[in-house]
Amino acid sequence: MLQSIRSLVEYRDLLLMLTWRDIRIKYKQSVMGFLWAIFMPIIIVAAGIMVKIAFSYVSKQPLQTEHIVTIAVKSLPWAFFVACLRFSSNSLISNPNLVTKIYFPRIIFPVSAVISQLFDFVIASSVLLVILAFLKVGASLQLLWVPLLILILLFLALGMGILFSAANLFFRDVKYLVEVILTFAIFFTPVFYEVEMFDKWSTLLLVNPVAPLLEGLRACVVLHQAPDLMWIAYSGGVAVVTLLVSVWSFARLEPLFAESI
Amino acid sequence: MSDDQAILEFRKVSKKFRRGQLHDSLRDLLPSLAKSFFRGRSSKDLGEQEFWALRDVSFALGKGEALGIIGPNGAGKSTILKTLTGIMNPTSGERIVRGSLSALIEVGAGFHPDLTGRENIFLNGTILGMSRAEIREKLEEIIEFSGLRDFIDTPVKRYSSGMYARLGFSIACHVSPDILVVDEVLSVGDWAFQNKSMEKMKGILGSGATVIFVSHNLKAVTTLCEKVLYLEKGQVQAFGPAKEVVDAYIRRASAQAQEAKIEGKPAFIEEVRLKNGTEDGSVFRPGEKGVVEVAVRAPDWDKGMAVALGFRDENYNMFFYVDSCRLGAPEFFLGPGESRTLVFEFDMHLAPGSYFLNVALTHPQLDQVLDHRAPALTFVVHSDVDVRGVANLYPRLVER
Repeated sequence: MLQSIRSLVEYRDLLLMLTWRDIRIKYKQSVMGFLWAIFMPIIIVAAGIMVKIAFSYVSKQPLQTEHIVTIAVKSLPWAFFVACLRFSSNSLISNPNLVTKIYFPRIIFPVSAVISQLFDFVIASSVLLVILAFLKVGASLQLLWVPLLILILLFLALGMGILFSAANLFFRDVKYLVEVILTFAIFFTPVFYEVEMFDKWSTLLLVNPVAPLLEGLRACVVLHQAPDLMWIAYSGGVAVVTLLVSVWSFARLEPLFAESI
Repeated sequence: MSDDQAILEFRKVSKKFRRGQLHDSLRDLLPSLAKSFFRGRSSKDLGEQEFWALRDVSFALGKGEALGIIGPNGAGKSTILKTLTGIMNPTSGERIVRGSLSALIEVGAGFHPDLTGRENIFLNGTILGMSRAEIREKLEEIIEFSGLRDFIDTPVKRYSSGMYARLGFSIACHVSPDILVVDEVLSVGDWAFQNKSMEKMKGILGSGATVIFVSHNLKAVTTLCEKVLYLEKGQVQAFGPAKEVVDAYIRRASAQAQEAKIEGKPAFIEEVRLKNGTEDGSVFRPGEKGVVEVAVRAPDWDKGMAVALGFRDENYNMFFYVDSCRLGAPEFFLGPGESRTLVFEFDMHLAPGSYFLNVALTHPQLDQVLDHRAPALTFVVHSDVDVRGVANLYPRLVER
């Protein structure tokens, strides 16, 4: 673990350049360019709002600003998480030339993939911040939880991304598995709904380590309450263990990359 | 670290590869994966589908030395480089690298087609181990060297393959590591760019860097390197001073070419030997005497015969031709059990370079070729004075 962090520091220029490359090429030859970083989340939020409208129509309860804000606050981190996994799990196999021809710590690939997604996330979040201020959602000291929650989400994304990128190199099956799981995960993750809607089943939903984070974000940004610390600790634990295991296995498998890709 | 300590060392390095697909089914995949995950594949024995890409390769290189690695295709040259750079781990044995290492295994690896030339300089430069500050400092120099100033802000996907390679080489040769590993990249670009690259390589060598150089260009190897490692089928055939090893390589390659089919031919060339003075040799200095011996047999041919020699340059253009008739020996005859050796002498007034010698056994009147060896031999002319072309006019600068 320490070794990996040290090599990332040593190769920070490369990490930066690869991240920059990923950001740069993502919007090349597109008319909208960087605006996509804002449009994509807007589309997701719009989808969520439509789901909410349908809910409120069925349950005959009026739609409130609070619901819409909740959707936005939850779907941005979720979109970030999904993009991280999708992008980082392909990060090694999409650079076969670099993997077989030039040596540098391979962990740079999934890490830079996650960082480049973080860049989009930061842009979208800043826009969301402006909108939240405009909607007079208000601020409280509970907002101080947000960086921690995001950090745990980032660790989780990194851990899973690093693991998937290596697994994907050996078995392309992983690519399809990740794709399928991510497509359906939105049903098991409280993005467009809240876990409290499920009463006694809510515990089961919170086992998904992303769920407590999203609920936590809703609690501190929208409801101005402290997040459920027990569940946040659970997510944090899962994130750290995932990260440790994935970095360890990545380092073990790294020498085989060039001949197995 | 003292100066005489080897900066780079291989100790009995072996590398095993698998033929065919990595895994055929889930059934043989899971056990092998579990094994490699927990133990690493270090077994000394070969599996059914496995072969040695490298076998007990040992060598050491001091600071500022240049090592050339030569050998036929598939000899394991690139595997050595990949093991050296850490892209692959050896199956067994040990590699020791003291200092920073930059590998140029393929020019332009890591270029992104959508990025411009300038952006790719930064990207590729950092991939090769430069810091961004260093690149900013050398940017002008790199652009100038590549000769692509007008296109530097064009995406490289619009480049021709020559431009692509030139940019790649320009970046790579501006990295200044302790150890530079170069794999067959001097052959990029046009003639003028190749000369420029060669000069640049000499400059890098002159600056005290340790260079490992893989090439099929024997002339470049003898010019640039003091030491040469000759590899075949993953094993070291020879390691030592450039001239001797290149010579051994050429002789071995020629000997293999000589094992050509002779059955069914009424008359054939039995052996062709090249001597440098009195000893077997294929590396000459300009003006040195070269002796070509051609041994001929004719089990089923009672008509006259002559031996023809053709010299060709690196581009396979014939620049000199002679045969035994022209040299005043009329056609000769051989009985079924007889053999004859014709000895030709030449003064090798040639420019530095590698050359091919083709030998043919002909029937002079009928213009019929009975047997031919093309090329029968390869040889290298090596000189301190670097001139271009084939003939050597021994230029001197008398007044400057």
